[in-house]
Amino acid sequence: MLEIRNLNVIFNQGEIEEKEAIKDLNLKVETGDFITIIGSNGAGKSTLFNAISGNIELTSGQILLEGKDITYMKDYKRSKVIGRLYQDPYSGTAPSMTIAENLGLSFSRGKKQGLQLAISKDDKKFFQEKLKKLNNGLDERMNTKVKLLSGGQRQSLTLLMSTIVTPKVLLLDEHTAALDPKTSIEIMNLTKEIIEENKITTLMITHNIEDALNYGNKTIVMNKGQIILILDEKQKAEMTIEDILKLYNQHLITVSDVNVLKE
Amino acid sequence: MSLIILIGALDQGLIFAVLSLGLFVAFRILDLPDLTVDGSFVTGLALCGMACLSGHYLIGLLLAFIGGGIAGVFTGILHTKLKIQAILAGILTMTALYSINLKIMKLKPSIIFYDKDTIFSFIEGKFMLAGLDISKTVLLAFIVIVITALLLYFLKTQLGLSLRATGDNEVMVRSSSINTDFTKILGFAICNALVGLSGGIYIEYTKQASYTVGVGMLVLSLASIIIGEAIFPHKSMLKHLVAVVIGSIIYRFFITFAFQLGLPSSDLKLFSALIVIIAISIPVFKTNYRKMRKKYARN
Repeated sequence: MLEIRNLNVIFNQGEIEEKEAIKDLNLKVETGDFITIIGSNGAGKSTLFNAISGNIELTSGQILLEGKDITYMKDYKRSKVIGRLYQDPYSGTAPSMTIAENLGLSFSRGKKQGLQLAISKDDKKFFQEKLKKLNNGLDERMNTKVKLLSGGQRQSLTLLMSTIVTPKVLLLDEHTAALDPKTSIEIMNLTKEIIEENKITTLMITHNIEDALNYGNKTIVMNKGQIILILDEKQKAEMTIEDILKLYNQHLITVSDVNVLKE
Repeated sequence: MSLIILIGALDQGLIFAVLSLGLFVAFRILDLPDLTVDGSFVTGLALCGMACLSGHYLIGLLLAFIGGGIAGVFTGILHTKLKIQAILAGILTMTALYSINLKIMKLKPSIIFYDKDTIFSFIEGKFMLAGLDISKTVLLAFIVIVITALLLYFLKTQLGLSLRATGDNEVMVRSSSINTDFTKILGFAICNALVGLSGGIYIEYTKQASYTVGVGMLVLSLASIIIGEAIFPHKSMLKHLVAVVIGSIIYRFFITFAFQLGLPSSDLKLFSALIVIIAISIPVFKTNYRKMRKKYARN
């Protein structure tokens, strides 16, 4: 359903600081896949996401979504069908708008922006039901401005916003990394629930190897702009964190990177 | 101070409230200060003035609205498509408008039409207060209320919501499949359409104006917005818009008082700039004052 062909991304091409962020990368994502992606800093994970969501210019290669070439589609047009969550809980919401207004905005995603009122009574009821499932009291605070919420509450809201119109692909870019351990687990469980309920094809970047092995049906290990290993469900079950770390060492990932991964 | 002067100040406050509501869209909602207003105010004024000269005072207001809007679209395109900084884009349009406005006015430096009809002609004498004709004030208040209501409605529509979110978190808006270039251009257009309309109402009210009257309009509307916010609570969108209108009226009263106390009219711009500086610094002083009080309370 999502296919990446011979993707190359080179930053500052032809200059001294030239950096090959992604090298001849090929990836096929099947409908319903939940793929976790690990790799050291600078392995090209976020660049891959930027390429999929259209935030950067590709040096060469092709991206197909359901057989349709979206390589040159503008980022805001892709976001009709590609949802994305970032590490920073502040990046996914409009702080001076209320919870209901934020949901209203993402609920109209892909539709024509018209002059009808953004939030009808039915919408409001629908939002409330959805918020109730988050189990953190946001359904009682629909008219609260988002800037008054905590990071975890915001991230749960962002998760709801990016899935309220079911996307074809959901990109999770370390979306729990900035949260405290307890909240992080809560958001991770919530993510799993929403993905399973709506059968959303998902790619998730994480630095938490345990999460990478526990969640999803495939795991991809990236290094220096390439995919060095793809694990299927069975292989994932057999892998341990130590195995992965050994693998990192084989690929000469520096010690400091491994330490980052252990954290 | 006599009642007639107060009513005059109130009228002007209402006329410039339309201007300030316009700038509010660019400055507060999109977070982009738009200097186009100094030019688009005169564009609206000139278009409407010329229409009034040939007897079309209603079409004049429509032209003022559209003309201002086009100026805004131009600034918007400079800013979004050509990536020119918002302030510079505004200055460029404003400068270009200087010549265009003169062309609209058939190269005459001012418009005068004391003998022509305006929207105010038919209401004159209908509303009296203490022997004074306040009909113009009533009509102006009605116009301001209608515009505020329409703007409030618009800001709660889907389009309005994406406009507000654009100023709030652009990344998020793009990832909600909204073209932020479009919403920004729309914001500039609405801002300057209202500014142009304000110019049109202004000339129908005064029946004469020179092409330099636009200088300082941005500062004037900034002052109105900031004074309104400093004095009036603005938690909801409705209250925020009302605060802008009230701020605009209060600003006019300030100016009128200053004139009454003997401020020479040549010092008007200096005085306006001072008011903006003071109004902006009030929150800073408030915080400092609170800190000081805490400090001394501890000792």
